Amino acid sequence: MDSLMERAAPCPAAQAGSVLLPALHLPLLPPHLYRPATSHEHKLNFRKSKEACLTYIQDAMLQKQWKRAAEFLTFYIESLEKDFSTEYMGPSEMIWRIGTEILCHHSYSSMKDFNSFIEQMKTLGVKRYLKVCLEHAFHLLCNGQTDEAYQNLSLAESWRFGEQTTAQDKELKLIQAYRGLLDYYSWSKQKNVLLEYDKEGFEDLSVEQEMHSSFRKAAVNLKEIIQIPGVWDVFVKCYVDLLEFYGDHDEARQVLSEYAYNSKFPANPNAHVYFYQFLKRHGEPKKSLISVLKILHDIVPSHELMIDFNTMLQKSKKRKKRRLGLEVIFAALDYAGWKENVKAWSCLARQVKQIIISEKHLDWIKQEWNSRKDWWPAFHFSRYLAKRNWQENESLAYEKALVAGILLGKDCKYFKYVSHQGCKDQKKRLRTLKKFVNKHSPVYLRISGLSDSSVQT
Amino acid sequence: MEEEAAEDYHERCVQCSEVNWGLTDGGRFYCRTCHNVIERTREVVNTDVISNTRVQTISKGLRKQEKNDEGWEWYVCEGFQFVLRKQAEALEALGVCPQMKDEILCNFWRRYLQKSQQAYCNRPAGEAIKVLSGCDSSTDLDSEPERPSLLHLLSLSESDGDLLTDCSFGSSIGKVSESTSVCSGSVDGSLHLMKNQKDKLRMSMPVTLSFCYLALLWLREPMTLSDLLRFVVEGHIPYLNVFQCFPEKMKLYGLDLKIFCVESWPVYEEVYNKMLQLAAFLELPRFPDITDSCFLHPDMLCMKYLMEANLPDELHNWTCRVVKKIHIGEADFLTFEPGNKSTRKVKYDVLAAAVIVVVLKLLFLLDDHYEWLLSDFAEERNKNNKEDGPYFEFKKWCKVIKSSLDVEQKKLDEERAKYLWRCEKPLFYSAKKKSKVLKRRQIVVNLQNQFGKLSGSVQPAEKPNPSSFQLNWSEENTDGSCFHGHSLKGILQEKCGLLTAINPDYWLCTVKLCTEKLCGHLAHYRELDFPQSYHFVLRLFSFLLRIQPSYIHEEVCVIEHKLFNKKLYKKPK
Repeated sequence: MDSLMERAAPCPAAQAGSVLLPALHLPLLPPHLYRPATSHEHKLNFRKSKEACLTYIQDAMLQKQWKRAAEFLTFYIESLEKDFSTEYMGPSEMIWRIGTEILCHHSYSSMKDFNSFIEQMKTLGVKRYLKVCLEHAFHLLCNGQTDEAYQNLSLAESWRFGEQTTAQDKELKLIQAYRGLLDYYSWSKQKNVLLEYDKEGFEDLSVEQEMHSSFRKAAVNLKEIIQIPGVWDVFVKCYVDLLEFYGDHDEARQVLSEYAYNSKFPANPNAHVYFYQFLKRHGEPKKSLISVLKILHDIVPSHELMIDFNTMLQKSKKRKKRRLGLEVIFAALDYAGWKENVKAWSCLARQVKQIIISEKHLDWIKQEWNSRKDWWPAFHFSRYLAKRNWQENESLAYEKALVAGILLGKDCKYFKYVSHQGCKDQKKRLRTLKKFVNKHSPVYLRISGLSDSSVQT
Repeated sequence: MEEEAAEDYHERCVQCSEVNWGLTDGGRFYCRTCHNVIERTREVVNTDVISNTRVQTISKGLRKQEKNDEGWEWYVCEGFQFVLRKQAEALEALGVCPQMKDEILCNFWRRYLQKSQQAYCNRPAGEAIKVLSGCDSSTDLDSEPERPSLLHLLSLSESDGDLLTDCSFGSSIGKVSESTSVCSGSVDGSLHLMKNQKDKLRMSMPVTLSFCYLALLWLREPMTLSDLLRFVVEGHIPYLNVFQCFPEKMKLYGLDLKIFCVESWPVYEEVYNKMLQLAAFLELPRFPDITDSCFLHPDMLCMKYLMEANLPDELHNWTCRVVKKIHIGEADFLTFEPGNKSTRKVKYDVLAAAVIVVVLKLLFLLDDHYEWLLSDFAEERNKNNKEDGPYFEFKKWCKVIKSSLDVEQKKLDEERAKYLWRCEKPLFYSAKKKSKVLKRRQIVVNLQNQFGKLSGSVQPAEKPNPSSFQLNWSEENTDGSCFHGHSLKGILQEKCGLLTAINPDYWLCTVKLCTEKLCGHLAHYRELDFPQSYHFVLRLFSFLLRIQPSYIHEEVCVIEHKLFNKKLYKKPK
């Protein structure tokens, strides 16, 4: 450590430095390095040729020229045969992926072609065997061949290949999970059949038995996968559906809360959504609903459930919650996706109106507005938007005009445009709006921070 | 078969006077009656001329079929000989004079075998025994003259006595142990790669092309090295996968693949340099003179390249003047003389291209300014005067060439990307991998079929007919894209009855040439440092010759230095 310090520090005396520093040993320079390396730009070899080929394939695929892509792939395929050199090219995965893509989009390719291609890909790379199987199953599902997909998955599940099987443990879990999903699918079909029968007063024991067996098969595999940290939305939903159907609410609740709150799982807004929906279905108290949505608000402030959240909070008797409600609706409207949402604007308008009428907590509005006054006018309240909103959705324009009138005063472009248009049409609704804004025009001054200084001077 | 051979021997036994011969396991003759083993072996009976055991081992190797029918024993040089023969035949088919194969190339090859002490030389003492020790001695006697050795496939004419007189198949193929021969199909594959040949020149696939080029050069055939390499890439001359035509029994595996499998196209510089080394190694005498009637003479080649580059015929006058001025048209300069180390060897194609570039610089300056000025002037004149032949417009020429070049370059790039490197004949390192390789091959063929059907286009286009021209411009085209007949009048002026260029200036590509011995090149090229017009012209010739622009640039620098020699090295007063 000491010696390091010494070397690192700038040497005060050159002599001392030369004593301390060991002589520099240059590495040996092989003779061919005496000359600058010659460039081999023009040297074309197998590898370069195949790389170029790959580039052509990618270009063709990007432009959806599937014929051309297939043509170049034909020439790329021989890079599989690169076995008498030590360089590793790894083209088989490339060929699998590109080939799949081409076969999916090419107009002349049939499902038969696809299946034979995939079978070859399976033999080509044992290291990827289960992945290929899984994607094959997806493709079959996309083409409506559910039974074939199920068969494929079952077959893949029983695949054994020494160490490779353990190395692909994750893929195996996925395969089992997807098989479970298909079991769920047949369960739900059978369930619907039974419900139909029920209506008509039949009974069918064999279907019922089948349904229960599907349930068991599905439940085992689904339960397995959702214990591993990950994003398993579809599995969780199906599993919870099964549990709820059989009345096992505690287990369902347990699963959902684990999925939402276990810190080992990646942050996932949907986990909270599912939990919220479950709680709502089962009539849980508002308090627990709010606490779930609070987390969702923290992760995705623009989530569509924020309307529900705001409504719930507005109704609350607690000041703090109402304060949070205002924050939530302001935050949601920061996102372009909400720009033209009447519901959101009416929520905001309602709450703002409430606050103003009660003449309490104007500072809440002021605080929220402070960080937005620079950009909301252009983002929400331009003349252009006023015109468009008015044309497309008058009630949106009213809600927004109210908010604009209060936040920016009655001289703002948005309010002026809407009130002008409304006058022309002699709208009743507008008159009340104008009245309200005019009545509360001093509020604008206070919100925008002008009033304090004006009072003092 | 062996019994028959023994029965063909009708001498009486010395001990019991019976004629009842058999062969021992060791291949020796023994008398079945008295069990007397005699010294006689079958070779000696049949081959009276060649008394050297080495020949017997080689030929025996070829003839000997191993019990498990895996293939013959063969030597790497035999493989190369086969390649050379195929290449020579292809060249002959392209119209090269037939002398080339049987006289020139064959001679060079024999000389190579001799110089590298693989054949036709006094066998180094004691070496044959070492060779033999590695081989199964029981088959030494097995020699059947009826099947010609590969070494005879090149028709050796009897008249070449001087080489054959003290010929003995000596060999540097020293210790061929069982272990080394296991990992290659050839007997001496590992040795071939291992040998540290400082004084010898190791054969490789690019060297086969050096051989071909040497032979072409000796005959002064109208084919430059860039032509030769282009024909190779276009598939007119066997190179890639040439081992496919090896006889069935010449099995290739293991290290042989490293020797005979080509994974890249030949590179001009490499083949050229190997050619120089080879000529020196073979101690070849001065080649036949390159005179102004030869295709390789710069005046001829310039004509060809001017046509191909779609430049006015009138420019030929100027290239000839440059050639004459710096004496690069003289036989002593042009003729290849392997022994003479003091002269710089000529790359005929690059030289001619560089001369044209220099002429363009002399007339048009190519500084991204002056040539446009001249071009504007010519355009103006052509607009106003449609009666006489048009003046050459540099701008228009650039446009025409560029669009054509872009199309051709794109075609070439796609062809390169679409090249199939693998052949039908499957290759594998070892027998262990055979099944895997065959399986892979099957998958590849299946996939190729599957996607070939989807590709819409039929199998790869037929290979183009061999042509020494890549770009064709014909005056018959009415679109005015041919500049051959255009006049240089706009850029020339008459001075004292002599036409000179209007352009009064010149710029040198480099003020000082590098030392070739130190950095490998006389000059270096960086595109950014030079005017775009200059680069464009270089690119055109780089495309035509399929070499890097820097090689042409280097030659341009050399020519300029010759041209301006006096001015450059004028001693300050």
